[in-house]
Amino acid sequence: MGDDWRGVAPEDIDEVTSTLGAFLRGRSKRLLFSLLKPHKRQLWESVGVITMYSLCSLAGPYLVKRAIDDGIPRMLGPSKSPTFLFVTVVLFVLCAVIAAVSDYSFNLLTGKIGQKVLLELRRRLFDHFQRLSISFHERYTSGRVISRLTSDVDALAELLNYGLTTLSWSVLYLIGITGFMFLIDVPLALVSMCSLPFIIALTWWFRSRSALAYRATREGVTGVIVQFVETVGGMRAVAAFRREPRNDEIFAELDDKYRRANQWSMRLGAIYGPGSRVVGNCAAAGLLLVGGWRAISGDITVGTLAAFLLYIKQLFEPVQELSQFYSIFQSAAAALEKLSGVLEEPPTVLEPLVPADASNLHGGVRFDHVTFEYRSGRPVLHDIDLSIEAGSTVALVGRTGAGKSTIARLLSRFYDPSEGAVLLDGIDLRDLADDDLRRAVVAVTQESFLFEGTIAWNIGLGRPGASRDDIEAAARAIGAHEFICALPEGYDTDVAKRGGRLSSGQKQLVSFARAFLADPKVLILDEATSSLDLPTERLVQAALDTLLADRTAVIIAHRLSTVEIADRVLQIDDGRIVNDGPPDAVLPNLRIA
Amino acid sequence: MTFAAIAGTVVAARLPFITQRMIDGPLKHGDRPGVAPLALLALAVGLVDGILAFARRLMLAYAATDLETAMRDDFYAHVQRLDLAFHDRWQTGQLLSRANSDVSVIRRFIGFGLVFLFVNTFTFLYVVGVLATRHVGLALLTFVGFLPVIYISHEFNRSYGTVTRRVQDQIGDLTTQIEEAAQGVRVIKAYGRRETMLAKFMAASRDIHDTSMEQTRLRARFFGLLGLAPKLVQAMVLLAGAYAVSHGSLSPGNLVAFFSLLILLVWPVESLGEILSMGEEAATAAQRIYEVFDTPATIADAPNAIEARDAGPAHVRFEKVGFTFPGADKPVLRGVDLDVHPGETLALVGATGSGKTTLLAMIGRLSDATEGRVTLDGVDVRQLTLKSLRSRVSVAFDDPTLFSASVRENVLLGAPELGDDELNEALEVASASFAHDLPWGLNTRVGEQGISLSGGQRQRLALARAVVGKPAVLVMDDPLSALDVRTEQAVHEALHKVLLDVTAIIAVHRPSTVALADRVAFLHEGRIAAVGTHEELLATNAAYAAVIGDEPEVLDHDAEEVA
Repeated sequence: MGDDWRGVAPEDIDEVTSTLGAFLRGRSKRLLFSLLKPHKRQLWESVGVITMYSLCSLAGPYLVKRAIDDGIPRMLGPSKSPTFLFVTVVLFVLCAVIAAVSDYSFNLLTGKIGQKVLLELRRRLFDHFQRLSISFHERYTSGRVISRLTSDVDALAELLNYGLTTLSWSVLYLIGITGFMFLIDVPLALVSMCSLPFIIALTWWFRSRSALAYRATREGVTGVIVQFVETVGGMRAVAAFRREPRNDEIFAELDDKYRRANQWSMRLGAIYGPGSRVVGNCAAAGLLLVGGWRAISGDITVGTLAAFLLYIKQLFEPVQELSQFYSIFQSAAAALEKLSGVLEEPPTVLEPLVPADASNLHGGVRFDHVTFEYRSGRPVLHDIDLSIEAGSTVALVGRTGAGKSTIARLLSRFYDPSEGAVLLDGIDLRDLADDDLRRAVVAVTQESFLFEGTIAWNIGLGRPGASRDDIEAAARAIGAHEFICALPEGYDTDVAKRGGRLSSGQKQLVSFARAFLADPKVLILDEATSSLDLPTERLVQAALDTLLADRTAVIIAHRLSTVEIADRVLQIDDGRIVNDGPPDAVLPNLRIA
Repeated sequence: MTFAAIAGTVVAARLPFITQRMIDGPLKHGDRPGVAPLALLALAVGLVDGILAFARRLMLAYAATDLETAMRDDFYAHVQRLDLAFHDRWQTGQLLSRANSDVSVIRRFIGFGLVFLFVNTFTFLYVVGVLATRHVGLALLTFVGFLPVIYISHEFNRSYGTVTRRVQDQIGDLTTQIEEAAQGVRVIKAYGRRETMLAKFMAASRDIHDTSMEQTRLRARFFGLLGLAPKLVQAMVLLAGAYAVSHGSLSPGNLVAFFSLLILLVWPVESLGEILSMGEEAATAAQRIYEVFDTPATIADAPNAIEARDAGPAHVRFEKVGFTFPGADKPVLRGVDLDVHPGETLALVGATGSGKTTLLAMIGRLSDATEGRVTLDGVDVRQLTLKSLRSRVSVAFDDPTLFSASVRENVLLGAPELGDDELNEALEVASASFAHDLPWGLNTRVGEQGISLSGGQRQRLALARAVVGKPAVLVMDDPLSALDVRTEQAVHEALHKVLLDVTAIIAVHRPSTVALADRVAFLHEGRIAAVGTHEELLATNAAYAAVIGDEPEVLDHDAEEVA
């Protein structure tokens, strides 16, 4: 079908341009630092423990050298005394035991830090996502949110679980071995150090390449996740329209992209790891040459040469571990880049620094010359100026796309007006604390979303701490009690995956009960009754009298019966109020002949 | 690959012997010129060692990622073909964590763990064998010294497996919560329930934290012991070796070489911890994946399935159809008999929750009847190939799902072979001409990753998708609920023409939509209570009148413009 088979792709939000690279690294560093900061003490403790471990481990080859060079000759010598050998071996075992114990405590300590950091990171991310505006979520898509909170967090988890251990161990080992080498024999140590420039060059090359490769990997996995979630979410349509083969194709392509990114990064690793091994082997050959000559000249003992050959092997072990670490680090860095990006995304609908006093709200609403545009230059509402008295019921009528729902969204502060202000009892919504605003204004929309959990839990979302009686009373008031009781486990029925078992009308009744329980000052019903059948609607209609009494209500509906109960009807057209008056005055013009 | 791995081990094990030859040869005899050739030999062996390691890693990486990709593709394909009952039961997060992290865990084990398990076992045996050529007693001591490692590993495996399974399941649950929170963000915001959701999420995160800590403790203990084992063996060898040297059964050069070889054993033993825990994780991951693979697609082609007849409108019959949700004790539908003649339009009326959607789902086999049968042109739908059945039966749901693809692809979803003429006609019928005015016309990407459309717009595209190319059977579930009255009227008029040539079954909530139908069937208390014209039923059936009796008056917002 050619290239346009997926339509026009939106600009990729995950795209990271190389010019931003430096800035992003700084941002990632800040995030990592702020996550680790509370664990400063444990981090120092783990550094202490790992130093102990490295010292004890490194003492091993030295003690072996002493045993071979001094212990065995003394045992063979005239004194035939095995004491020195025994003492050396006992020291060796002691070192081994201390090393094992410190290894254990180190793993435990870093594990603890890592898990605490992950817990905190998950909390921050989840909380931040929940604070970000609806417009952000619409742009960002739920697939990306999931990808951030799962695979990116996993990548960081791997860094914390294995990466930090590897890093500190490797660095200390590297320093320790170098130290011991110089302690034993300076010329041979210098020969060993000749390999360092090569390793540094190799590492530098690997570092620059693998950064790109790992970014590609992260993007690859996001593509796979987004497609997977979309498919499973739309299973019914997938099956009904036989989209499976087409989906297979799309998924295979995305998965292949992910695979190629993975293989790219592994190819780099396959060059780097064995490359550093070759450098190590060359250094060993060099040591044999120089060390051999020096041993023949009697400058060093055989034991010294043996110890050096052991050390040079161990010198390159940490270097290779570092390459492993670098893989993990790169993938975590790519993840961190995205995570820190999201965390620094400012909520466009901000909470006020000093919230206004909301103890005495009545529900008077005012739109003060409000203009709003979703995309700049294309206003959806033009200079809406409107006052709604506390306790009154206002119906908004108008064609699809006239701007009714936008008014509702501004009133629930899913968005902020581009110009002008929305006021509740004279207080700008932007000055209200989020919790106060949500208590005061509740919207029921056409899409009733139920969460995993029982019916009671879903209704209870309306008011924290509501008792079972409150919940049942709310369901009764709205006429949902009967159908709920008819369910297998009544109020304790699990609604399964997003209410899959309930009909859309039943789900809507649950959302009504939820809204009723919330008992807000201002209630918005945005096409809330359109998916109900007539008997249910009549139930709700009867309940509306109770529901709307003593509170301000804004109703968007097509059915006359729903609109008729309003005190006032506003006809909206093309983002403007074109008609405003009591139902008797406005509605007759709108009736179907 | 195995060759590269084994050759690598053998080559690496040669290096210490060059040292030994150096010590026992030129060094012992003060042979200065003899040093350089041996050093050169070490260099050559070192280069070969590097090349073999490169080859091994590269081959492994490719094989493992290829396998991972194939496995994920298969998993996705299987999940897509499982029936809706499965998807009602399984949370997206649980499936996603299997497709994503579990498959990667298996890749990592196969890419590193599995091969190193073999390579390391081989290395261990090979090195012990080489040691035996130097000194049988010391080699035996080495071998016996490492035996306790087997016991420790076994103990570790047992407890680690259980904990790992728990962590992975908990991660699946957490993923589900994340998904829900992302998709239900509007509701959470509307009720200011951020704190509640956060608390729920944090409780699940804390569970993961606790289980992971248990996992960490197990690993720390095991890794510590594995690090200790080789050193204890070294200490024993040192003592015994010194004894052997003092008794002349071993040369000092050989003792040094022996030690260099012992070093080769450290990594295989130490890495055992990593490999075994990886293996446990991979085994658990495989178990979790196979839970899904082992779920058969219950709605699949029968062994001797035939193609659905492909000519004109079809004849649909429900014969004594019953349906009970899995686990429920009461059936939703009982003994439903219904005959829809070719070309007829039947409206299905029933109260909320009466089972209309369930009944409609059986025609295209989105679910199967638990009793009785549904036939298409006299053939049980379960005897037809799914592909031919579903290409004959077209569906419009009450909640329209659009995919992240172009408008064109979304509308031609079930019939990609159709051209622009049919596409435009369908858009016309569904009053969805707005699609031409989208930024990139019919190529505009819609769905979650594309530009967002209003509920009414989505519903109209879904309707266009259902009617494109005149299907044999058109099944619609309250297809016009989100449309304003003007659009609904326009759609009604256009639909009338389409419905002349197709068999249609429409679940309706409003009297206005009933007008589209030739006959109405009333679904009440799980049965078809009455069939007839709207007027007949209104006159004879009180329950029917209660469900759909008085037409609620709707508003015509354009009246003024028209007037």
